[in-house]
Amino acid sequence: MLRLENVTKQYGSRLQALHPISLEVPAGQVLALIGASGAGKSTLIRCINRLVEPTTGQIWLHQQEITRLPPKALRRVRRKIGMIFQEYALIERLTVMENVLSGQLGSVNFWQSWLRRFPPATITAAFELLERVGLPELVDRRADTLSGGQRQRVGIARALLQNPNLLLVDEPTASLDPKTARQIMRLITELAEERGLAVIINIHDVPLAQMFAQRIVGLKAGQIVYDGTPQGLTPNELTQIYGEEDWSHARDSESETKVAVDA
Amino acid sequence: MPVSVVRGQKVWQRRDRATALKHWLGWIVGVCLLIGCGRIIAGATNWSFVWDAPRQGSEFLGRLFPPQWSYMVELGRPLWDTLNMATLGTLISIGIALPIAVLTARNTTPHPLLRSLGLLIIVVSRSINSLIWALLLVAILGPGVLAGVLAIALRSIGFVGKLFYEAIEEVNPAPIEAITATGASPAQILSYAILPQVLPSLVGVSVFRWDINLRESTVIGLVGAGGLGLQLDAAVNALQWSQASVIFLVILLLVLLSEAISARVRRAIT
Repeated sequence: MLRLENVTKQYGSRLQALHPISLEVPAGQVLALIGASGAGKSTLIRCINRLVEPTTGQIWLHQQEITRLPPKALRRVRRKIGMIFQEYALIERLTVMENVLSGQLGSVNFWQSWLRRFPPATITAAFELLERVGLPELVDRRADTLSGGQRQRVGIARALLQNPNLLLVDEPTASLDPKTARQIMRLITELAEERGLAVIINIHDVPLAQMFAQRIVGLKAGQIVYDGTPQGLTPNELTQIYGEEDWSHARDSESETKVAVDA
Repeated sequence: MPVSVVRGQKVWQRRDRATALKHWLGWIVGVCLLIGCGRIIAGATNWSFVWDAPRQGSEFLGRLFPPQWSYMVELGRPLWDTLNMATLGTLISIGIALPIAVLTARNTTPHPLLRSLGLLIIVVSRSINSLIWALLLVAILGPGVLAGVLAIALRSIGFVGKLFYEAIEEVNPAPIEAITATGASPAQILSYAILPQVLPSLVGVSVFRWDINLRESTVIGLVGAGGLGLQLDAAVNALQWSQASVIFLVILLLVLLSEAISARVRRAIT
């Protein structure tokens, strides 16, 4: 469904954020992208919807090559790619409903969005999604009054209102407490399964990635150094991805892993 | 280095010797300059006028009082003109400054050349005081309220535009990224991701400028642009000090009122 062929990204003349990366993600697969800070995880997923322009290489979504699409066609492709962010990226001063509806901006014209006249079907879908993510009674609340977990649920509803085929998720749990983090990861993977979406999740938390992903890709300095099952991720492999550290204890609890990874 | 070793102990000081000396030197030069300038100014002052000032001042105050309250009736129209000049001028400047701000802000400008053009307009508008704008416009359009409105507007474009574009540059980029990722058009990104973020500053800046403009529009009448200033000019020229004092009081009340309104509006917008 999604195929990357030799995608690279060069910032300026010195920093090569991505060395040629080739990757194929079939429909319905939940793929966790792990790696140290600065390994190129964020750059890689942003290349897929071209929030960051890849320097070279090709990206195929279904049968369409998207790295050279003109602005209008690019916007049409972006409608089919949902994105969820670390700091939620909600518009703080708008209500929950307005934030969720922004997922359908691509399919209404400027005046419809200015006057917030979204089609009735869209509004019905938004209500259903808010119900599904567990926030039915917060429709009219302003986004800046919500807690972190609630905000991320709004972010998930916004992304899913796009009816995407592919979900790009950038560090969804990094700003959340361990319990909320699990709930959010569970929600994302459940929704992906219900709708048969392909998902790429950037994530720092290795045990969480192992718990929820079907496939793990390890990135180091812009190169793929691991691509396999969650079970195959041994201390040896973790050393490959993150560098030398005592990984044998790290897998017991999440908090220790965080310390180990950050160190 | 502020860290030195004295008898095996590490000692930290805010500044090392050389920097401390430079600071002292700076202070000495500054104080000398102050005294020198003071002497020059004192030498150029006609002190007999200064010693005479209290008597002149009290006589002047005596001429102001008692205010000629009946004159208040004639001030209705100029007061209305002043209010209109400030309000219309501010509205026009907002209408013009908003697109300029979008073209000028680093994160929304379509092209660096347009950004330079926007900055140029803002600098030109800001560098000319509204009194001078009014002088020019009265010469071109003739005296009256229209010249006043335009003078206020032209001066405000720079002020409002500068603060608007700075507000746009300070928005959180994450929501912009998120809205872009949904496939929204540039106009939708501007209205859905950027406008809600800058709205409180837009309203705050606009009301603040309106507040300033009320005061300025009482002054620009002095050069013929209508309103209370015109009345004040007439009263002073006719040596009608008891009328001038009424105008002063009206201006004071007007400013207090605008102060109260703008404070309330800014508090309401969060």
